[in-house]
Amino acid sequence: MSEAGTAPSAAGARGGAGTNGAAGPLLSVEDLHVAFSTRNGVVEAVRGVSLAVSPGETLGIVGESGSGKSVTAFAVTRLLDAAGRVTAGRIRFGRQDITGANHRQLRSLHGAAISMIFQNPRAALNPIRPVGLQIADAIAAHESLGAKEGRERALDLLKAVLIRDPEKRIDAFPHELSGGMCQRVMIAMAIAGKPSLLIADEPTTGLDVTTQKTVMDLVAAIIAERGMAMMLITHDLGLASRYCQRVVVMEQGRIVEEAEPKRLFVAPEHPYTRRLVAASPTASSTIADLAPGSAPSSAPAEPPKPAPGTPPLLEVQDLVKRFDGDVTAVGGVSFRVAQGESVGLVGESGSGKSTISRLVCRLIDPSEGRILFDGASIGDQPARGFHASPLRKDIQIVFQDPTESLNPRFNAFECIAHPLRRLSGLRDGAALTARVRECADRAGLPLGLLERFPHQLSGGQKARIGIARAIACRPRLLILDEPTAALDVSVQAIILQLLDSLRREDRLGLLFVSHDLNVVRMMCERIIVLRNGRIVEEGGRDAIFQRPEHPYTRMLLDAVLHISGPSTVAG
Amino acid sequence: MTSATLRHTVWVLRGNPVTAVAAGGAFVLCLVALIGPWIVPHDPIASNVANALKPPSAQNWAGTDQLGRDVFSRLVIAARLDLAIAASAVTLSFAVGAVIGAVCGYLGGRLDRYVGRFVDILMAFPLFVLAMAMVAALGNRVENIVIATAIINLPFYIRFARAEVNVRRNAGWVEAARACGDSHLSVILRFLLPNVLPAMAVQVSLNLGWAILNAAGLSFIGLGVKPPTPEWGIMVAEGARFIATGKWWLVAFPGLALMLTVLCFNLLGDGLRDILDPRMRT
Repeated sequence: MSEAGTAPSAAGARGGAGTNGAAGPLLSVEDLHVAFSTRNGVVEAVRGVSLAVSPGETLGIVGESGSGKSVTAFAVTRLLDAAGRVTAGRIRFGRQDITGANHRQLRSLHGAAISMIFQNPRAALNPIRPVGLQIADAIAAHESLGAKEGRERALDLLKAVLIRDPEKRIDAFPHELSGGMCQRVMIAMAIAGKPSLLIADEPTTGLDVTTQKTVMDLVAAIIAERGMAMMLITHDLGLASRYCQRVVVMEQGRIVEEAEPKRLFVAPEHPYTRRLVAASPTASSTIADLAPGSAPSSAPAEPPKPAPGTPPLLEVQDLVKRFDGDVTAVGGVSFRVAQGESVGLVGESGSGKSTISRLVCRLIDPSEGRILFDGASIGDQPARGFHASPLRKDIQIVFQDPTESLNPRFNAFECIAHPLRRLSGLRDGAALTARVRECADRAGLPLGLLERFPHQLSGGQKARIGIARAIACRPRLLILDEPTAALDVSVQAIILQLLDSLRREDRLGLLFVSHDLNVVRMMCERIIVLRNGRIVEEGGRDAIFQRPEHPYTRMLLDAVLHISGPSTVAG
Repeated sequence: MTSATLRHTVWVLRGNPVTAVAAGGAFVLCLVALIGPWIVPHDPIASNVANALKPPSAQNWAGTDQLGRDVFSRLVIAARLDLAIAASAVTLSFAVGAVIGAVCGYLGGRLDRYVGRFVDILMAFPLFVLAMAMVAALGNRVENIVIATAIINLPFYIRFARAEVNVRRNAGWVEAARACGDSHLSVILRFLLPNVLPAMAVQVSLNLGWAILNAAGLSFIGLGVKPPTPEWGIMVAEGARFIATGKWWLVAFPGLALMLTVLCFNLLGDGLRDILDPRMRT
């Protein structure tokens, strides 16, 4: 670590940013290399990144997981974990070189000159300290102030981030606040030291669409009002195009393209950017548009509609689920899914959509109401014994988080073979192996990966295992609980195509649970909008998207970000 | 698969020299316990009063005791008994405790509360005194030392398994197993337990050392193993009478054997977890 000479001080850095404004960039990164030492040798996560952020500018860094976008930000703030190391390059803040700054210098820099907000704000807050005190702590880290003054300043900041009832919330603990409010508290802490640069690392991932919009609008307003610069790191091209003045695209540790969002997303030059833009769902894209190269050339036709008079594959009547303590998660929901039909369940967190998917999958018992499968009532069979029901293999589910839904001690083969052994009665042998390989093949999982364990596979590969497992026993109803929420857009595109072709080929009924309206629009013919455990609107895809009737549906549609900007939102 | 496991084990041990030394020590201990009777230089039981209380020499490496028996031979022979008591007690409490704990952690509810209170009551006793009482009541036999040691270890396994299963019971792969046709019982036995084993291996290893101390302690106060059977605890107890007269080797060598054994198993714990966890492999 270099001492004095290049030593930046908080005041100097801040002053430098202010006076240096017109003269040069606030932050400049030149030819940055970051390497991680792992057991398989040294891995270069960032390989020669150069970028600059001018005072007051918002720079977006977009890329998929593993592209090095977060590592770049962590290198700038020097929050790299122990294994990571800046191997080459220079990081300058204002006029000072902070590449080799020591801990003391960095501490005065953090918060006062550069601050960060992270994904999952609740985890970033201390759970046993009231948020007001935490904000006061953030101020006190850079200047000395008394308890009373700290509280007043914290209150001002809470007002600045537009929290409702700031006088009440200042004494609240993080678990008493919603995810969106926690992120507001994080923002309040981030601006407490009046920094000139805010680094936002996936600030709205995990928040509901409507919350995402209000939080990002707030951040943008605060940035503009205080003349701060922002580095917005995101995988969401819609977010970047809406809020950034300039966007850099990263792939495998390198910057492949840099431009204004209008130019970048309308006429991408680099093949990777082009692929990324194509894979991001827009207001008018179809599943086939997302990944043109990998679409099956002869997609099977729509499955024939079932003859009138046949009972629907799934019929849910007045379904109610109350959890302990009288929390009503689902309050009287009725809908139908026909064979070969795809129905979307849309709603924000707390809408009861995941509870419905588990009720229908018979993993939990309903409090009231009926669930009919193929005309037979299955809701009254207790979930405890449903594993032995002959209908168990007809209703399968694909879970949200591909990592979390695979047993860490099973390899891919065992994961897919497990339901076959249990439900189809296959024993170890050629028939089992053949069926596992067939399912893996249909789900697009390379057969060479069947011996691998989940932690040795990528998110997309794990999602394929989850799908292969779900289709292994030839179910008739497939419940998809946010199947692509944890995946990169390019992987999402391929998985969506896969699911759609499975539906056509096998006449599968799909119950598609999602918060992503763009995805639901492409996948589903009929859409059900849920709020607080009740259906607020139900209708065909076109009706919902072009003529939404309920104000809540309209609000959801308005909050969807499209990469070409908010002006072209459908409707 | 086995070669991958071996390679992984070697990798963990190389990055962890302390674990490697501990593993080596544990291996030597087990070997000694297995082949002890064939490698001892003297008969551990045969007394020879003419040769009593001799300090360590080329003839008797660790000296002789008050009856002229070779201390080194007795140490070697005792390894089998001490390790066997510890291993069977730990296996017993591990098997019973892991299943009870896993069932409680998975099902929750009334059963969980009752078992939890029972465990609390058990832990409220001074555990060594509880073991003493049990051995005294059940009879002064080796099986009863095993049972008493197993029971006083049980609370730790129940709590540990309960906590580890509880955090995983709502994991996606547990729900997935249910959707794949597994009953609750099969989810516990075939999914949850294998996943908490690596974490419990640490507990097992720490516990082995503790169980050896416990068995030796019981023998030391005259419960359990009876003389003239060689046992580290008895040897320390008998030797303690001669410390005042400067016959240090009677206590020092069995004490050292106990200390090194316990140290070995304690150090092994962390390394074991790394070896057993498949996620640590790449």
